[in-house]
Amino acid sequence: MDMLSIKNVSLCYQTPEGETDALKNVSLDVKQGEFVSLVGPSGCGKTTILSLTAGLIRPTEGQIFVDGKRVDGKTGCDVGYMLQRDQLFEWRTIRDNVMLGLEIQKKKTAENVEYAENLLIKYGLKDFFKHYPGELSGGMRQRVALIRTLAFRPKILLLDEPFSALDFQTRLSVCDDVYAIIRQEKKTAVLVTHDISEAVSMSDRVVVLSPRPASVKNIFTIDINAPTPLKRREDPGFSVWFDKIWTEVCV
Amino acid sequence: MKKNKKTLSPRQLYLRKIKLDKSKILIIQIAVLVAFVGLWELSTAVGWVDSFFVSSPSRIVRTFADLWKQDIMKHIGITLLECVLGFLISTVVGVIVAILLWWSETFRRVAEPYLVVLNALPKIALGPVIIIWAGANMNAIIMMTFLICIIVTVMSVLNGFMSCDKGKIFLLESMGATKFQILTKLILPYSVPNFISVLKINVGLSWVGTIMGEYLVSGAGLGYLIIYGGQVFKLDLVMASTVILCLLAALMYFSVCLCEKLIARKRRTSK
Repeated sequence: MDMLSIKNVSLCYQTPEGETDALKNVSLDVKQGEFVSLVGPSGCGKTTILSLTAGLIRPTEGQIFVDGKRVDGKTGCDVGYMLQRDQLFEWRTIRDNVMLGLEIQKKKTAENVEYAENLLIKYGLKDFFKHYPGELSGGMRQRVALIRTLAFRPKILLLDEPFSALDFQTRLSVCDDVYAIIRQEKKTAVLVTHDISEAVSMSDRVVVLSPRPASVKNIFTIDINAPTPLKRREDPGFSVWFDKIWTEVCV
Repeated sequence: MKKNKKTLSPRQLYLRKIKLDKSKILIIQIAVLVAFVGLWELSTAVGWVDSFFVSSPSRIVRTFADLWKQDIMKHIGITLLECVLGFLISTVVGVIVAILLWWSETFRRVAEPYLVVLNALPKIALGPVIIIWAGANMNAIIMMTFLICIIVTVMSVLNGFMSCDKGKIFLLESMGATKFQILTKLILPYSVPNFISVLKINVGLSWVGTIMGEYLVSGAGLGYLIIYGGQVFKLDLVMASTVILCLLAALMYFSVCLCEKLIARKRRTSK
């Protein structure tokens, strides 16, 4: 069963300067529990695909289905968006930050609150319920941001370069962290990144997009057998895949 | 003595230095005030300047004592009432207008040139109009205060709203938030620090408005006393009223600072 299915989607922007074709005939299917990365030259419209999936913009042509339901306007609860910067609210405690989605969607039931609190406990933030984001490290903040996204149980996670604001050391460990959580919660995830090594180390499949107007150029099924992104990076197959995708992006 | 100094750790020395610096500044601040008042008193006592024109601290104190026996509290009360009312009304209305402008882009774009022009206009020019519309009474003074504060409030509060991180708005939209939720969950709490600084500016502006209003029309109040004192050449009265005005303005400013501290603490400890 496809959790996300993008069918022949095209998008054309209108700006005062003229029309811009952002996407041209993009089709992509993502299975339940799959981790898919989108890579491509910068400015090719990777993020646009996520915005379309979240229902924040509408395609000019084509259709998008999330769990069999057509995306039409804001999807809200079906899709969880994680952004480049953690965007935690500085005036809310960690616990209250995590409750944000539930509040917005008016689903703050005792059961859902408990579920969210358990996520925090499960992923090592038990002692930080009453802390403020300013008191946490960049890596921990990103973990909170992920839990905030998971709290309202979206069907798909959309990750828009979630690690690019972190320094290299932190990025590798947060990458492992986020990967482990997503796998453990058996979530379907679509990651947009410009970092090919990140894509190879995390994904089941890597989708290479062409320059604007973006279309799917090639899809690679990564067959590295290792439990974590860091271990994947150490695998001999890693650099082979890296080179293959690198060439595909650049040509 | 020397031995004693050696036993202090670098940390203790550092802390002591901070403490010393702090008291040094305070001492100098007090010294400046004392020197100013002393020199003023001295120069009038010795006769370098005529206290008829510049008054003197001792005469101000005497005037203040006289005023105290009469009806100074009435004047203070009236001015304070006008100022606080003008301040509150302009703040509340200003925030409401800013929210409306934030809400509707059309409204915002339409209003922009009007706001710019109204902001540049010296509000005192509206004096005669205000008197005719509001009457030669307290309402006119409150209206003057309101007009002086309102535009700045609207513009500063709106600026604060608009400076909110687009990423955070995007995040809420992706969760399916309505515009009203974005306002209450994000824009308003995010703008609290900015709002406090707007309040601080408004304290100063509302005093300007009140005194200006009292210069225009008034039968009582500190501005009235100042104008009256000037007209009958009673510089003591002018100076004494000005000193009281200084104290009141400081008092109001510190009340806002106190609010700021309370809010900051509430934000830290609530929930």
